[in-house]
Amino acid sequence: MQIGRVIGTVVATQKHRKLDAAKLLLVQPLGLDHAARGTPLLTIDSVGAGIGERVLIVLEGRAAGAALRRSAAPVDAAIVGIIDAVELHG
Amino acid sequence: MQLARVTGDVVATVKDAALVGHKLLVLQPLLPDHTPVGRVVIALDAVGAGVGEHVFFVRGREASFPFLPAEPPADACVIGIVDRWDLD
Repeated sequence: MQIGRVIGTVVATQKHRKLDAAKLLLVQPLGLDHAARGTPLLTIDSVGAGIGERVLIVLEGRAAGAALRRSAAPVDAAIVGIIDAVELHG
Repeated sequence: MQLARVTGDVVATVKDAALVGHKLLVLQPLLPDHTPVGRVVIALDAVGAGVGEHVFFVRGREASFPFLPAEPPADACVIGIVDRWDLD
C-alpha cells in the first residue's frame, strides 16, 4: 500500500457496469516526507475520502476490486483508508 | 487507473483470435492538469470511446476483466469516458 493525498474528483457518466456508482478520486502519491512522488492516480474510493485528505491506497487489482466489493472489477487502484497519523520510530 | 485522451485507433487484420471484434484505441496518458505524460498506450475499449474523448483506463491483468469469460490478451483497457474532472 502507499500513502497519497486526494487532489481531485472525476465525473464519468459512461463507465463499465462493474464501476456503477463507484466514486472516482485523483490521488497524488506521497513519500513519508509528504513530498509528491510520481504521477497522480485515478482511484476508486471505498471509504468516503475527501479532497485534501491523506489516504491509504492499494495499487493492485485484486485488492482494489475487493475494496469495491465486486469480483473481477476492472480496477487497479483503490482508497482503503483515511490516514490520521503516521508515526515513525527509529 | 489513469486519465488519458484518445488520439487514434489501431487497425490490425491479423491478430490473436481473442482480439477479434475488439476496438483498439491509441491513448495519450494525461496528468490532471492536462499535460501529456509518459508513452502512448494501445488499449482495448470496454465503453465505446472515440477519438478526441477524455477517458480513464486500467492497466495490468484487470484489463481483460470487462470481457469475461473471454480473456483477450491485453494489458490496458478503457473503462470510462470522463465528463469532467475537478482539482483542489
